[in-house]
Amino acid sequence: MRPGKMLREVLKHLFKKPATNMYPAEKLDMPKTYRGKLIFHADKCIGCKLCVRDCPSGAITINKIGEKQFEAVLDLGKCIYCAQCVDSCLKKALEATNDVELAQLDSKKLKVVLGEKSGSSS
Amino acid sequence: MHHSSKFKIPMGPQHPALKEPESFSIALKGEKIMGVDIRLGYNHRGIEKACEERTFVQDVYLIERVCGICSHSHSTAFVQGVEEIAGLIVPPRAQYIRTLIGELERVHSHLLWLGVAGHEIGFDTLLMYTWRDREIVMDILALLSGNRVNYGMNMIGGVRRNVTEEQAQDILKGVKTLEERTKYYIEVATQETTIIKRLSGVGVLKKDDALRLGAVGPTARASGVEYDVRRNDPYAAYAELDFNVITDTNSDVYGRTIVRVKELLESYKMIRQCLKNLPNGPIAVKAPRKIPAGEAISRYEAPRGEDVHYIKSNGGEKPERVKVRAPTLANIQAVKHMLKDRYLADMPIVVAAIDPCFSCTDRLVSVKGNAGKSKKILTWEALRNYSVEWHQVHGIDFTELSYKFRTKMERF
Repeated sequence: MRPGKMLREVLKHLFKKPATNMYPAEKLDMPKTYRGKLIFHADKCIGCKLCVRDCPSGAITINKIGEKQFEAVLDLGKCIYCAQCVDSCLKKALEATNDVELAQLDSKKLKVVLGEKSGSSS
Repeated sequence: MHHSSKFKIPMGPQHPALKEPESFSIALKGEKIMGVDIRLGYNHRGIEKACEERTFVQDVYLIERVCGICSHSHSTAFVQGVEEIAGLIVPPRAQYIRTLIGELERVHSHLLWLGVAGHEIGFDTLLMYTWRDREIVMDILALLSGNRVNYGMNMIGGVRRNVTEEQAQDILKGVKTLEERTKYYIEVATQETTIIKRLSGVGVLKKDDALRLGAVGPTARASGVEYDVRRNDPYAAYAELDFNVITDTNSDVYGRTIVRVKELLESYKMIRQCLKNLPNGPIAVKAPRKIPAGEAISRYEAPRGEDVHYIKSNGGEKPERVKVRAPTLANIQAVKHMLKDRYLADMPIVVAAIDPCFSCTDRLVSVKGNAGKSKKILTWEALRNYSVEWHQVHGIDFTELSYKFRTKMERF
């Protein structure tokens, strides 16, 4: 038994640089396996709606916009980012990206039509 | 205050020690606790019922969100049960990856607990250090699964992510640092006078009482009960791993600390074994959408203790019944016993020592009338009216608010 067992460690840390990052000036790379916002390859979609059926939160909808043409609408507020739809899709029309900065001030903007790229929000 | 008189103080529903809603009604005589009445139910989310409304595939994600800390425990317990009903044989590689994630989760949960315990006894340095080190294991989990919490690794029939050779090297590197740090914490816990003096003899739970009250996990093991689901009823890859079940005879909060830090070392050992013996092969088998009729009980040693899931299928896409027994529910009665005749100041650390998770524990509570036989099922509207009336009787008028709420709801 010895008092002040941690004292040396405490003093050592006075001279170390902080463990936190200066977000948003300094951004961390998301892991490759991260499941962020989805992208949708419209040419591959056959409209089977397996993704809609398997979505735990009812965030994704597939709309028919023409003959054999479909669009995917995702509610970013509802989505739990589990990427089950990506696993369920038989034609690999959906893909998860590393996009994580999805916050919006207007809740209406959370409902987005998915595109080929994740950056643009419509 | 006169010494002979007893008075009751309520603690909660917003408990100052743990940021979770539960209510303790403590009968005090001076500074001494004469009895504790614990009331749960403030965080009931209806997850079990929601599971019945969703398909098995969707339920995996819902069940994962029973708890944010031991999410993998719950989802593994669930998929194990479903796999048992469906008669699926999970590939060995998937079993090993499940075990690996499970142990990493235990590491992060125990480090989190150590920090919280430090905080509760006013040793915030320990909180800062353990939580800083916890980042290492959180990063490993993010590397493997993509997420820091709610890993989404499990699917019915296997796991969703593979472990590559590079990732294995990163894990081993992280585990090496963590092991050094943990050894240091063991040194601190066994030598630092403030910790020993503060925690010894606090929240005593004798072996007989632990067995009688049905304590589980580190709480029971610290009282000398050598019981661990990983050893007594092996699941996943635990039957093939070499590890010790850590027990302690101190039977108090100090013992629980020792058990948890020593379990960390066992976890590192298991992580290394998992990576070394990781079998090749597929990581999942295809699961049917419709699970054949049947029922299963699945047990899992979560960081907090034994987690029990009961699943019943009627042959459809949705389960007929899902029941979750989180470890805190088993330990909560022991808390009542631990607090008796102790001082009020010991309460936060004694409650924190079981590593409680009240949101996980909150399941359906059936309220019986005084006669004990009348049961009433209320609709949502009736329940709200009942609540408004109840508050009116107690001096708060919600009628105006409820009118506003209704008009707002009608607009949707």
